[in-house]
Amino acid sequence: MTRRTERPSLEDIRPELADPQRRLFLRGTLSLGALSLLTGCDLMDGDSVDNALMAMSRWNDRVQAWLFSRARLAPTYPASAITKPFPFNAFYRQSQAPVIDGATYRLELSGRIADKTPWTVEGLRGLPQESQITRHVCVEGWSAIGQWSGVPFATFLKRVGADTRARYVGFRCADGYYSSIDMPTALHPQTIMALDYGGSPLPPKYGYPMKLRIPTKLGFKNPKHIAAIFVTNDYPGGYWEDKGYNWFSGI
Amino acid sequence: MSGETRSTNPSTGPSAKRRAIHPFMVRLTHWINAAALIAMVMSGWRIYDASPIFPFRFPGSITLGGWLAGALAWHFAAMWLLVLNGLIYVGYGLVSGHFRQALLPLTPAGVWRDFRAALALRLPHALGRYNAVQRLLYVGVILLLTLAVLSGLAIWKPVQLHPLTALLGGYDTARIVHFLAMSGIVGFFVVHIALVILVPRTLPPMIVGGSVPDAGDALPEARP
Repeated sequence: MTRRTERPSLEDIRPELADPQRRLFLRGTLSLGALSLLTGCDLMDGDSVDNALMAMSRWNDRVQAWLFSRARLAPTYPASAITKPFPFNAFYRQSQAPVIDGATYRLELSGRIADKTPWTVEGLRGLPQESQITRHVCVEGWSAIGQWSGVPFATFLKRVGADTRARYVGFRCADGYYSSIDMPTALHPQTIMALDYGGSPLPPKYGYPMKLRIPTKLGFKNPKHIAAIFVTNDYPGGYWEDKGYNWFSGI
Repeated sequence: MSGETRSTNPSTGPSAKRRAIHPFMVRLTHWINAAALIAMVMSGWRIYDASPIFPFRFPGSITLGGWLAGALAWHFAAMWLLVLNGLIYVGYGLVSGHFRQALLPLTPAGVWRDFRAALALRLPHALGRYNAVQRLLYVGVILLLTLAVLSGLAIWKPVQLHPLTALLGGYDTARIVHFLAMSGIVGFFVVHIALVILVPRTLPPMIVGGSVPDAGDALPEARP
């Protein structure tokens, strides 16, 4: 995908893993003029600028949470509007997408959940299903329309006795990805545990056996290959979020 | 600096009244706007490069943020400065009468007359008094900035602000509108800087202020 060009390679990321506090927003070339205009200081102190930008990002999390409405539904589209082929996008190549055995797959639950019994694919298919044709908006700017079907996440959370007054729902994925969302978004009627894409079980590239489809958030907040779900009041972060992308990332 | 002290009634007769070339609030919001806009445009170019909508990219060396996450962080931080400063400017412009005095009247005939005069190098440049071409450019860039903010909101929140996104033609079209608004603003910036280089005495008053004798509304050489 030519659209993945802004993603840093693992080599770019590794130095930051050693010091996750330092996000290096100023990596690369930066106009000193613009910097001094904005900071009012002549010294290029990357850390303080990074800290200011992260403070603004947390402020934007709050503004977006305030702007988010449980009643506001994402627009839906006719089947004729579906983007074909729907683009693959991840921090690895399509050929590296994990291949998961649906027969042995178990969805693990932890945290503030009453019934932590693991779920099978068949068990999830036994719950009420909903379908949606919605627009997936990538943080890179491109968008694509797709059709997903699965279990409304609110139905699932209530079924397992999740504490829906908790702040976060976190996800750990079979491909090493991880992310987290706010509880209001988790309970939004269009947030679904997608099992199907285009009427067929998700292929590996789209997140078999289950991904979270959240049409009110940017694409990277739609984790694929979900292996574990947990409910918590402690900020869980996420794969891209910990590298400096905005956490709420609502649309 | 006081605000605009110019009398709006020319019948008050001759006086030693002076008026501010650029009122303090105009100078303050001008430079904050310049800083916010440079950050918005340079970070916006980096965001554009992540998924170009036209067959070109901006060179990384003239962008801000280093990579997509950094550019987004700059963009969504500087947007607050741009919008809050813009609201203060518009509020001041409406309440103080600055807009009415500095930007009006604006008529096609006046623009055409001053445009021809400018091409013939016969257009006088009175400090703090805008000719019709300047008025058109300033009103135009204010409208472009408004369009940039609205189209930016439309692509930031295509679900929560869906009516706005729909008004701008949907998500993909709103991205193009946002790009075109940026292009217009950058075009203004180029002309604006070129004119300041051509008439450098206009720069100090925008920094330190100052006043000139109040000659009423007269820009005599440019008016029939």
